[in-house]
Amino acid sequence: MLPAPFLHKNHLPDQTKTQRSGQNNCMCERGIELNKKKMTPAEVSEAKWGLLFVAPTMIGLIVLNFYPIIKTIYQSFCKTGDFGRGNKFVGLANYAAVIQAPETWQSFWNTIKYAIIEVPFGIIIALILAVLLNKKIKGRSVYRTIFFLPMVCAPAAVAMVWKWLYNQQFGLLNNIFHTKIAWISNPKIAWIFIGIIGVWSIIGYNMVLFISGLQEIPGDYYEAAEIDGASGFRQFWSITIPLLSPTTFFIVQTRIIGALTIFDLMFMVMDKTNVALKKVQSVVYLFYQYAFTNGNKGYGATLVVVLLIFILVLTVILQKIEKKVVYQN
Amino acid sequence: MDSAIMKTRRNKALMHLVLIIMSFIMLVPFAWMILTALKTNQEAISVNPFYIFPAHGWQWSNFATVWKSYNFIILYKNTLLMIFFRVVAACLTATMAGYAFGRLKFPGKNILFSMVLIQMMVPSQIFIIPQYVMVSKMGMLNTTFGLVFPGLVTAFGTYLLKTGYQGLPKDLEEAAAIDGCNVGQRFLKIMMPLTRSSMVSLGIFTAVFAFKDLMWPMIVCTNASTTTLSAGLAKMQGQYGSDYPAMMASATLAVLPMVVIYVIFQKQFVEGIATSGGKL
Repeated sequence: MLPAPFLHKNHLPDQTKTQRSGQNNCMCERGIELNKKKMTPAEVSEAKWGLLFVAPTMIGLIVLNFYPIIKTIYQSFCKTGDFGRGNKFVGLANYAAVIQAPETWQSFWNTIKYAIIEVPFGIIIALILAVLLNKKIKGRSVYRTIFFLPMVCAPAAVAMVWKWLYNQQFGLLNNIFHTKIAWISNPKIAWIFIGIIGVWSIIGYNMVLFISGLQEIPGDYYEAAEIDGASGFRQFWSITIPLLSPTTFFIVQTRIIGALTIFDLMFMVMDKTNVALKKVQSVVYLFYQYAFTNGNKGYGATLVVVLLIFILVLTVILQKIEKKVVYQN
Repeated sequence: MDSAIMKTRRNKALMHLVLIIMSFIMLVPFAWMILTALKTNQEAISVNPFYIFPAHGWQWSNFATVWKSYNFIILYKNTLLMIFFRVVAACLTATMAGYAFGRLKFPGKNILFSMVLIQMMVPSQIFIIPQYVMVSKMGMLNTTFGLVFPGLVTAFGTYLLKTGYQGLPKDLEEAAAIDGCNVGQRFLKIMMPLTRSSMVSLGIFTAVFAFKDLMWPMIVCTNASTTTLSAGLAKMQGQYGSDYPAMMASATLAVLPMVVIYVIFQKQFVEGIATSGGKL
């Protein structure tokens, strides 16, 4: 079975957690038995219903997802004709062009830099807030509501507001601090401030995941530590961090992949005339430009296939790391 | 003893301080959005003096102006229709498939379920070009169908509902089977109602995801009269980017409905998105 990076066992209902592994195994065995033995009428009927029920989803997945994967990979070997008409097979020409273009490497580097800001800061701040909100404290739900607010806002609107806050002449930040900083149009620093929007947007979401992870740590551990005279910091370090590591790892993994496919922020914040654009645009931004603005679908498909390979390799590496880092009972 | 009480009090105060500072940082962009939306453009771009609050009356009319000139009623309608059909389609297909994967035995089950898992691992950008070509060939660009198309089925929802169904006790279904209910009746009358909380999670997740999506509506609905709030904002910014109060009024109108629904149902929202985990 393939690893599923987007699934987190902490979020399954309790009964499933214990049953899951066992159940899957016995399903395999039964599946094999099914082919060997003659099925009873009840089993035949169940199999028919089962296939009927999964049919809409499976047909949908094949048409909407699996055919497109193959089609995109095929497209990456083709050159799109003028006016988007016709596909000419050109072999690896697109790949050669993508690899030789400095902007490809720059956009990968930009995306990684964005992730370097968003992932660690988004996670550390969220963890601190989650630990604070996990205590009995007045106004917990008010704080939680506020921190989670950006999660329900369209990134397009969020980006517009931040662009206005960052405005060099009239923006709130420069006027409050009496500065004239080009937050998002200085090619050297723009990536940091795009990353900050990302952190602001994601803190609440990470925090909510951390809180649900924290609530699964049994209270007895802390009581025992209290009796032994362990300080608050010591308790955090020796109990919370290891027992929370599955949740932490899950968030790290999903956020890395989320950050690597970032598009909305760059698209909304960076004007086409912005001199810092080349130093900020992400891979998906470049993909969008080629595939849909310039109509060069073959080149766009190649970019996204390269990104897919990059993400899959990273996923495999992360799965390997998980086995070593994550605390297991 | 007294010093211990003092210490916990001091800690509590410190915790509140951190939380209040963070709340302030989280709310400033929203506050600035609304304050700018209520200014005249002269006030918004005035540096000396720099206005925090509108100085010459609160310009509520900015909202009315953008409402009319950008046709917000159409944007709301398009967004609402897209969300409605995506939620219905996702819940319907996912609950059926989730039930089958979670509770029934049928040939090919493991292979089919690993297809569901594979879909969840692949970044969605890889599907977009062919999905666009399909919608375009069907002549469905600039329609609600075009907006809904990629969300007709959901691998993630199928997974979520499968775990929901697996968590239910076996006895109920067995009793119904003895009473002569067939699989379809068992599903409709007994099992499906019991997974309501997973369905609500999936519904909220689908709605928020659809509401936030920018790239797909920008690609399939290029017309200002057929597109969604997100993509509409992108269009407006391209055309009228320097009328700051109008831009901020539009941004406010775009986030407002979801924020209001969220504040009312915040418990379900937070739980729904937390249990769904992952793909936002």
